[in-house]
Amino acid sequence: MPEVSLVDAINLALARAMDEDANVVVLGEDVGINGGVFRATAGLQQRFGPERVIDTPLAELLISGLCVGMAAQGLRPVGEIQFMGFMYPCIDQLVNHASRLRNRTQGRLTCPMVLRTPCGAGIRAPEHHSESTEAMLAHIPGLRVVTPSSAERAYGLLLAAIRDPDPVVFLEPTRIYRAVKGEVEDNGEALPLDVAFVLREGRDVTLITWGAMVKETSAAAEELAADGIDAEVIDLATLKPYDESTVLASVAKTGRCILVHEAARTGGFGAEIAALIAERALLSLLAPVARVTGYDTIVPLPRLEQHYMPSVGRIVAAARNACQFS
Amino acid sequence: MQESTTTQAAADDGLSVVARFEVRRRGYLAPDGSPLRALPAFASNTDLLLSLYRGMVLTRAFDLKAVSLQRTGRLGTYAVSLGQEAVSVGVASAMRDEDVVIPSYRDNGALLWRGMKMDEILLFWGGDERGNCSSGPPHDFPYCIPVGSQAPHAAGVAYAFRFRKEPRVAVCLFGDGATSKGDVWEAMNFAGVWKLPVVFVANNNQWAISVPLKLQTAAQTLAQKAIAAGFAGEQVDGNDVIAVRAAADEAIAHARAGNGPSLIEALTYRLSDHTTADDAGRYRAADEVQARWKEEPIARLRSYLVSQKAWGKSDEEKLIAECQQRIDAAVERYLASTPRPPESMFDHLYAELPQVYVAQRDELKGVPDA
Repeated sequence: MPEVSLVDAINLALARAMDEDANVVVLGEDVGINGGVFRATAGLQQRFGPERVIDTPLAELLISGLCVGMAAQGLRPVGEIQFMGFMYPCIDQLVNHASRLRNRTQGRLTCPMVLRTPCGAGIRAPEHHSESTEAMLAHIPGLRVVTPSSAERAYGLLLAAIRDPDPVVFLEPTRIYRAVKGEVEDNGEALPLDVAFVLREGRDVTLITWGAMVKETSAAAEELAADGIDAEVIDLATLKPYDESTVLASVAKTGRCILVHEAARTGGFGAEIAALIAERALLSLLAPVARVTGYDTIVPLPRLEQHYMPSVGRIVAAARNACQFS
Repeated sequence: MQESTTTQAAADDGLSVVARFEVRRRGYLAPDGSPLRALPAFASNTDLLLSLYRGMVLTRAFDLKAVSLQRTGRLGTYAVSLGQEAVSVGVASAMRDEDVVIPSYRDNGALLWRGMKMDEILLFWGGDERGNCSSGPPHDFPYCIPVGSQAPHAAGVAYAFRFRKEPRVAVCLFGDGATSKGDVWEAMNFAGVWKLPVVFVANNNQWAISVPLKLQTAAQTLAQKAIAAGFAGEQVDGNDVIAVRAAADEAIAHARAGNGPSLIEALTYRLSDHTTADDAGRYRAADEVQARWKEEPIARLRSYLVSQKAWGKSDEEKLIAECQQRIDAAVERYLASTPRPPESMFDHLYAELPQVYVAQRDELKGVPDA
């Protein structure tokens, strides 16, 4: 099986989805001949034509709003927003329309759309190119929010997102677009949404994360293993709705939980998981739940961004603390 | 209609003039109902004019009833279309069933014409999502509450028609306030690039709640906003249903034939408050409103029909009685309807309710009634 990068897996999934369903259209800025600024849509316009791979005007709100109209008419639009920092004009469409069209028409009209966007820091990008505001999206009822952390999951989850009958925001961690590679069989098999992936089983502490931070968290687990601490690593993958039972089962087993995310701490998605654990697993806890996250600051420009993002060292230290607590 | 000319001729300052544009205004009936010029061919069809008249009268009578229901605590906030009936009725009457309307919250007349039932409209404004299960064409969009954000949907719908090579048209209605939003511009711009089968209709009723048009834009017309998007914009007398219908006929035929989008700016006036939650007396003079009553669309068409001996006092009385009867029956059905079970708020959240929310639904089911 060929080894491909995460972004190539995205490309494979898009091509597969377009091949199997003539209603799938891709739209966004520079997605056509240029293949997208990260090349996620490379070759698609040549293969499927300019009416299915649409170079839109430079207007993000438009891209998301077009998706709503297209989806209500039976197309399966996959919109691309060039960077998460430019996605905010789409929030109105996501909150007021995409996520609730089904509900407000009681199922008469539906909105099977996907909005893809690269997210996260760590690529020495200019201002506004390093956002991870997934918690904001995960707060929206009626939406699905999905983020892959490997090439295999990028392929399988994106196929699932495109086939899903409801709107999905698909967040692609820029930092691991090419840094993460894996064997992907282009067999059209989707992975389940709403399901967390246990990447490493362990007895002593549960490390929960998603997206690019899976890389550091997995490295931290290896480092902890060298110390005799057996960490369980969970890739949440779907943040909305998220797999509560996998989280609770793991915490019941280990009694310790570290939440790792790149986004700012306050109101970050880790807070939601911490609250779930407090409500439903408090008596299994052997140590306080800890968060290793970005700080409540603006993501710094590249000179300081490595100090903002959770490091392997910070994750390891938090896990050790938890294990020493009791 | 807009016309552009490119010319090498030098202007006074010696620079080339590269484009010139015009915006035209269409109107057939004067405020007193007398013809200003030869009417379009369809106006010789008296039955059609009578159906437009009936549609407008029903819309107004229904609106007034809805307001009285709100005032007596039996309906939620309601957006009235008083004085603007010709816009929504005239435009909707030019559409086919298979076309898609993408309305604003003020387009009751269009939705009634399209087959939405009055009790469904009341159900929605009475606080029940089931109202949007309209008996109108199932592909029509529901009321859009956030101003102008439906315009990109219309472009998306029209894109789907073009993509599938279907001779269908998306018709998007919004107000003058919406034309200040990027949403409307972005949608028009895209529609222009792809020559989409979409008709944008700006109901220019002069007021966006308390903000008058002159604070909304310095542009001479709203119609000219289409020109920047590369297609035609036209002003029509929005109190003249014949003019609205004629403009809509042309724009819809143009779109259906694959010739691209149009913008119709319908000049009218919001004779009512913005909604039942508004008090226009706070910001606009009563004599301004009084003066505008002389231009309203229903009396205008009635005068014309009477002058043509196509309508009389007994017809009017009969129509009013008929409308009241239909409205009363609809109100009765609405008031007799009972709320859905609370847990039904989960029914259409997703195609299939994710397992984690099943627990929340059960939690709600377990809450005793307050």
